[in-house]
Amino acid sequence: MLLIHCPYCREDREEEEFSYGGEAHIVRPLEPEALSDQEWGDYLFFRKNPRGIHHEMWYHQTGCRRYFYATRNTVSYEILETYMVGEKPQISAAEAGQ
Amino acid sequence: MKKYSGFSLFKNALSYHENWQKLWRSPKPKSDYDVIVVGGGGHGLATAYYLASVHGITNIAVIEKGYLGGGNTARNTTIIRSNYLWDEAAQLYELSLKLWEGLSQELNYNVMFSQRGVLNLGHNLQDMRDIERRVNANRLNGIDGEVVTPERIKQIAPLINISRDCRYPILGASWQPRGGTARHDAVAWGYARGADALGVDLIQETEVTGIRRKNGAVVGVETTQGFIGARKVACVTAGNSGVVAAMAGLRLPVESRPLQALVSEPVKPCLDTVVMSNAVHGYISQSDKGDLVIGAGVDGYNGYGQRGSFHVIEHTLQAICELFPAFSRVRMNRQWGGVVDTCPDACPIISKTSVDGLYFNCGWGTGGFKATPGSGYVFADTVANDHPHPLAAAFTVDRFNSGALIDEHGAAGVAH
Ligand SMILES: Cc1cc2nc3c(=O)[nH]c(=O)nc-3n(C[C@H](O)[C@H](O)[C@H](O)COP(=O)(O)OP(=O)(O)OC[C@H]3O[C@@H](n4cnc5c(N)ncnc54)[C@H](O)[C@@H]3O)c2cc1C
Ligand SMILES: [Zn+2]
Repeated sequence: MLLIHCPYCREDREEEEFSYGGEAHIVRPLEPEALSDQEWGDYLFFRKNPRGIHHEMWYHQTGCRRYFYATRNTVSYEILETYMVGEKPQISAAEAGQ
Repeated sequence: MKKYSGFSLFKNALSYHENWQKLWRSPKPKSDYDVIVVGGGGHGLATAYYLASVHGITNIAVIEKGYLGGGNTARNTTIIRSNYLWDEAAQLYELSLKLWEGLSQELNYNVMFSQRGVLNLGHNLQDMRDIERRVNANRLNGIDGEVVTPERIKQIAPLINISRDCRYPILGASWQPRGGTARHDAVAWGYARGADALGVDLIQETEVTGIRRKNGAVVGVETTQGFIGARKVACVTAGNSGVVAAMAGLRLPVESRPLQALVSEPVKPCLDTVVMSNAVHGYISQSDKGDLVIGAGVDGYNGYGQRGSFHVIEHTLQAICELFPAFSRVRMNRQWGGVVDTCPDACPIISKTSVDGLYFNCGWGTGGFKATPGSGYVFADTVANDHPHPLAAAFTVDRFNSGALIDEHGAAGVAH
């Protein structure tokens, strides 16, 4: 069970209150119809899936019902930071020594 | 390779079973191979075996970072079935089921394949409509299956609760009598022994750390034992496929997730079939040793830690206790997790890549054990001919750009 800090509620809450949103900071193409099949498929389906530091989305489903971001280690599952939509991560894979 | 038989059992008994031949050699890697298979799980070993036995390519190494079959092969709940919805998937899994039916004989190794049948339960009207549709589709594909009533389910699995007074009453099920289970380790060991006998080098405790390329073609792999040259590299690394793909600068549409399972203390025989339920997220069978083998749904987040969150297991056990009230007093013995490579359409990727001579077989997610023989068979063909086997043609990675997905979430979502 992960203990996740919601940056909006400013509380550590149990994982069961949240649902996972996958890789963070994927920018939705402004003109989807202008993309090639390659680019559109890449946007929809291809993910970083790193072994180590991962920036990802979480949704506080049974709490404030807002999306936020987390930087988490996908091997140790340690959550290094959580931050609000619009903010940038403080920790990157390079800084964490990976 | 010495053949196993009643006679060899007798003969070895005379020397107190101390002189059995080792199952495989442990050779030093050569400098160069025709094909390197990365990943010594069931699928990788099956690939090597069929490359050697069907295609006559024997200058092969299987490179495994841990020990053979120590990944998901040894962690899965061993459910085997072929009742998938879409033609492409159904035919691939059915090829596999047919190969299972002759596998112990072919490998001269008892993989303990037991066709004890698989029930997939329905708990509401939509479940039942989906089940009817899937069973009809299966029958059109020549795959055995029936829709059964709660009364018939009770005959098949007498301990099950078919009362209407529970939160998720059982309304019916699909029943595939040819489905069942097999001994997971034995599958890896049987293929390993067979491949070794045909000259395949099985290199354990050696991790592939890089994929060397020249002019857009693969030339070999960097490993913890140094560089090893190869004309073709076939990656079968399950949960770590994304990491291995990145070594060649490729991205895959897979996400690695923890998937957990647990077993109880051994109890007397009480369940001689496999029961699965997508709706309540649980499935169960009983091993030959007597333990109840219980599998959970996949954890929600990406993870390489070979463990997941406790509430997922708790949720599964709630479902099992509701389906089988008698099991509420059984004590659980061990619990573990694997890392499964989930694909957006719950179907595998069996594919060439944009790098010449580099192939991937991955994305089997929560349900690849059942496919071990078929996966190895079609992947070996794809690698040998540098062209997809007809049953693998729909499973190339290009489908995520063309849009030709094969949506098996209904048949594969929770069920394995
Ligand atoms: C808990 C659980 C329950 C499951 N239940 C079922 C079920 O009931 N039925 C079913 O059909 N399927 C089930 N599955 C899924 C099934 O286990 C997998 O789809 C299948 O085992 C994948 O086969 P594999 O041989 O590719 O994987 P693995 O056995 O994981 O083999 C991959 C191998 O690659 C090696 N490797 C990775 N990276 C490297 C590297 N860089 N260098 C060298 N080697 C490397 C790993 O060490 C590993 O041994 C379950 C999985 C889990 C975790
Ligand atoms: Zn919140």
